[in-house]
Amino acid sequence: MKAPPFRYARPRTLDAALKLLADEGDGARLLAGGQSLVPALNMRLLEPALLIDINGLSELTGIAETAGGIRVGALTRHAALGASAAVARRAPLLTAAVPFIAHEAIRNRGTFGGSLAQADPAAELPACVVALDAQLEIAGPRGRRRVAARDFFKGVYETALARDEILLAAEIPAQRGATLFLELARRQGDYAIAGLAGWAAVRQDRIAEARLVFFGTDIRAVEAKAASAALVTSLDAAVAALDRDLTPVADLNASAAMKRHLAGALLRRACAAALTRAA
Amino acid sequence: MSETVTIRLTVNDAPVERTIAPRLNLVDFLRDELGLTGTHWSCEHGACGACTVRVDGEIVRGCLIFAVQLDGANVETIEGMSESGALADLQAAFHARNAVQCGFCSAGMLLTADALLRRNPAPSRDEIRAALSGNYCRCTGYHAIVDAVAEAAQRRAQRR
Repeated sequence: MKAPPFRYARPRTLDAALKLLADEGDGARLLAGGQSLVPALNMRLLEPALLIDINGLSELTGIAETAGGIRVGALTRHAALGASAAVARRAPLLTAAVPFIAHEAIRNRGTFGGSLAQADPAAELPACVVALDAQLEIAGPRGRRRVAARDFFKGVYETALARDEILLAAEIPAQRGATLFLELARRQGDYAIAGLAGWAAVRQDRIAEARLVFFGTDIRAVEAKAASAALVTSLDAAVAALDRDLTPVADLNASAAMKRHLAGALLRRACAAALTRAA
Repeated sequence: MSETVTIRLTVNDAPVERTIAPRLNLVDFLRDELGLTGTHWSCEHGACGACTVRVDGEIVRGCLIFAVQLDGANVETIEGMSESGALADLQAAFHARNAVQCGFCSAGMLLTADALLRRNPAPSRDEIRAALSGNYCRCTGYHAIVDAVAEAAQRRAQRR
């Protein structure tokens, strides 16, 4: 199907975009890469009165290394994120995740911030920013605020963003260990049935510290705190601890029990790969 | 803001100006406004890849971008890429390998394969399959298409 009629605005400044958003209220949607929004429009799941095209707002663009890590603008395209040498240096988990996001034609348009604001529970980037302890910078009519990534994702397509706010960027501390990234999907480029994003600090052939975040299993990207802590003791204990961390939800691809099983399998594979690489 | 918007852009090296409704997507703009029917539409939600075109040198889904967003952009379609000869070797390989049956997916397949070969001149078969995984073909079973892309890659390598 085709998108329903809407009015179109392309503000030149962030303030103008925020004003349009405030004035239009619930009838407005932000258009960034459009790779989730436009399908929803074409399928008539949404019928906004106004699309506010935020492409080109300078406050939302660019990748910059900072003293402690890296700042990634919300409008960074997936392809640019994956190709960035600075991202590969500071947050290689993101570099590892990008090839799993849809397909080249979609990665050329889809944006980093769009994926975070969309908050699909099976998407890669929300899990990555939780694993990397990112702070998300948000602008709204009441000024700017920061929200920790781990507090940002609330549920299926639900975030801490208010209707009148715009996500500007993620401030990401430098990654503290070797990349752990794996996902299982029926085909290359599909949303994950189950995925694992995280990092592990390996010392003397042992995992000394780890951060594990699962996606595609629950209603949002979930930090597996019990499993991350148990991993220092034993892999079997960590896999068992996933029972405390995860509340898997069945979808068209897999039952809750299968997702729980796959999460354990991913954890075993990821740790084996991290230890092999470190050896 | 208004009900219609005037855009100026370049399509296959020619300047174009049209006044359009914002809801018009790029594929319908190309087909209905410009008569460029080589770009096909099918799923209209980004899954099938039939509508693949190039915008500012990068492949995109034509069904997931509105023409109104493309003021000032440079758009290239299968028509322009065929006439320039940019795809001639891929097209010859698709023909030779029987990688075309009904032809509905071919424009998208060719532009996607071309994008792959530009960034990775010597792809493995797995890399070819991964690159084409977002383009559906319901006739060939893909094997002949992978063969054709591999052949074109070899020919490009020999020319260098």
